[in-house]
Amino acid sequence: MDFDFSPEQQQLKDQARRFLADRCDRTAVRAVLDGPQSYDAKLWQGLADQGYLGAAIPEAYGGLGAGYLELCVIAEELGRAVAPVPFSSSIGIAAELLLNAGTEAQKQRWLPALANGKTIATLALAERPGRVTAASIETRAEHGRLSGRKLPVADGDIAHLAIVAARDAVGAVSLHLVDLTGAGVQREVLPSIDPTRSQARIDFTQAEAEPLGAPGAGLAIIDAVFDRAAVLMAFEQVGGADQALQAACDYAQERFAFGRPIGSLQAIKHMLADMYVSATLARSNAYYGAWALSTGSAELPEAAATARVSATQAYQHCARNNIQVHGGMGFTWEFDCHLHYRRANLLALALGSLSTWEDRLIDRLVRAQDARRAA
Amino acid sequence: MNFDDTPEEARFRAEARAWIQAHAPKHLLPELELAGFGQPALRSGDVIAASKAWQKTKADAGWACLHWPVEYGGRGASPIERVIWQQEEGPYAKLAGIFIIGQGMIAPTLMAYAAEPHKRRYLPPLASGEEVWCQLFSEPAAGSDLAGLRTRAERVGGDSGDEWVINGQKIWTSGAHYSDFGMILTRTDPAVAKHDGLTMFFLDMKSPGIEVRPIKQVNGQSGFNEVYFNDVRVPDHQRLGSVGQGWRVSLTTLMNERLSIGAGMPTGFPELLEFCRTFDTGDGLAIDNPAVRSKLATWAVRTSGLKYTAYRSISALSKGQTPGPENSIGKLVAGTTLQEIAAFALDLEGASGVLVDAAQPSASARFQAMLLRSPATRIEGGTDEILRNIIAERVLGLPADMRADRGMPFNQIPTRSR
Repeated sequence: MDFDFSPEQQQLKDQARRFLADRCDRTAVRAVLDGPQSYDAKLWQGLADQGYLGAAIPEAYGGLGAGYLELCVIAEELGRAVAPVPFSSSIGIAAELLLNAGTEAQKQRWLPALANGKTIATLALAERPGRVTAASIETRAEHGRLSGRKLPVADGDIAHLAIVAARDAVGAVSLHLVDLTGAGVQREVLPSIDPTRSQARIDFTQAEAEPLGAPGAGLAIIDAVFDRAAVLMAFEQVGGADQALQAACDYAQERFAFGRPIGSLQAIKHMLADMYVSATLARSNAYYGAWALSTGSAELPEAAATARVSATQAYQHCARNNIQVHGGMGFTWEFDCHLHYRRANLLALALGSLSTWEDRLIDRLVRAQDARRAA
Repeated sequence: MNFDDTPEEARFRAEARAWIQAHAPKHLLPELELAGFGQPALRSGDVIAASKAWQKTKADAGWACLHWPVEYGGRGASPIERVIWQQEEGPYAKLAGIFIIGQGMIAPTLMAYAAEPHKRRYLPPLASGEEVWCQLFSEPAAGSDLAGLRTRAERVGGDSGDEWVINGQKIWTSGAHYSDFGMILTRTDPAVAKHDGLTMFFLDMKSPGIEVRPIKQVNGQSGFNEVYFNDVRVPDHQRLGSVGQGWRVSLTTLMNERLSIGAGMPTGFPELLEFCRTFDTGDGLAIDNPAVRSKLATWAVRTSGLKYTAYRSISALSKGQTPGPENSIGKLVAGTTLQEIAAFALDLEGASGVLVDAAQPSASARFQAMLLRSPATRIEGGTDEILRNIIAERVLGLPADMRADRGMPFNQIPTRSR
């Protein structure tokens, strides 16, 4: 059994960590948090130049074709650094949608630009609060023109390309590629809980749209791709959880109260131990997801949901308790605790809420159990 | 990243599987599969006799205590081979319960500290299950604070005397009532700091002056005992380690307790999932209720997390590396989850959840048994709180707690509020 990353993958991870420590320190994150820009364009280009964005995109489409385990370790380091870049939108979701549903021409047209970072792509799905269902989608696409309002769209203000879920002439939900720099597109940044990852409202008015994937297969394609994206996001969450735990441990060593480091008090120790437990369970479950994703296993649906639920719980747990360990200072804008708190809660919703994934997980465990019995 | 055996591992697995297939007590399998969570390994027949028989069969064929040296009754197998064996042994491993303490914790201590003739005398029958050992550590006033124990060992005939006399009381001694030998931690010098005045011995449980009294537990069973020592004489050659070194010797035992790596500890989740799929709450199947699904999901990812955490440790073993600290979370997560799952299953059953009745819908009343046994999982072998301290201090590197009795002579440590 070799349920671990290879020495080469570990090396890539260390390299990514060093790169991000250098190029994405707290000053860089805070420039996006406090400044007018929606993401760190220089960092994004740097990630592309390192080959990180195209790690799992085949060479035929301008990527490195290294594989998903490589992409997983990169995602973990991006999560650790709370990197203010549209990685999950452009690489985790959009590139996967193109790879899984695109025609050869569409892949040739867009994937190289996604891999080299020149094009940022995103999925425009939600239109109103609550779970996304076929009934919640009113945007329409007919005769190559798309109209409707999408919100929130992650990275929607900076993306060049949107993959939009819309109803066709017969009312079925299909996917469409829309050039966001073209005519009939209006967008506006929406304030959100995590300013280091922007959200936008996009109004489409007879925007030019090209179908992606089979007509009426929109939500099924998204479901399948979200399993892949969920594994990558679980690694982002695991990296974030790990860093929040580390920050809390460091502070518990430095901060003295009652004449001793607060980390010597059992109330603090036990909180940190429980964070370690969550983070460890989430990491092991994320490895399971990585195994399923990288081997094309039929277990991917249950592995992805397992990784996703576990990582969401762990990052939220570690981020909120990191603030608690820091006490009042953890609630200041000056300390970095809120960066993780914001990102943990953003990622928790980014691919569908925790309760959605819990529901999916049980469905899939039941289905897997039935399949095993039938076999 | 893969779950595959190496060719050598696959060969070993095939050999182990074939041998088990040919020799295991298959007539016990249905009962063993249902056992666990506080239910006896065997409802019918004598579990100790069945356990000893299976252990002896394994030992005779070289499948007992695989990782021990051959001369002490083992097979000289690698750590990963030991794990593969455990996986293949499956439900039959439930027959090894009475040997776990002796083989898993006491034997490594004997190997590290006993004289060579003692190792050759005691280890082989311990491996073959012909002799069972117990661990006499905890006391009524020394549980989590084990180094505060008071059972006295006094040397007869001065510093070079060749005999010791033991007086005191031990408690929570698993299997003392069927054990042949015991390893006992005693206080030999009450005038020095508590960790410095301890000494370890082993003794014959049939020695005059030993009295074993089973403790009736919350769930009505009696796996633990009180053991009283009244002028029990122990020869000095049965001392393990030097006088005053007992704490360090005990750490060998306790570290081995935490090093054991299985396929993840049971949490009761598969049983609960199965129950929820078949149990009609009156509003339809439990599994179709969103509140039930949310809770199931949380327990599912904990259970899966433990399994894959164990796999990470096994992978390290497979590569000849020492596993990381990740496996230290096992009992902490499993104990809490067992207790939560048991209470939740009873909740679904409504009023009839109170009944301990095999005819009730919860599959042989297993959740009721789980409910009544699970408090012990959170206490035995290190309480949840001690485990959190260990994770915080040894894994996360946090400073040790401040201790009111640090450096204080044992006989001056306060024992009650004034």
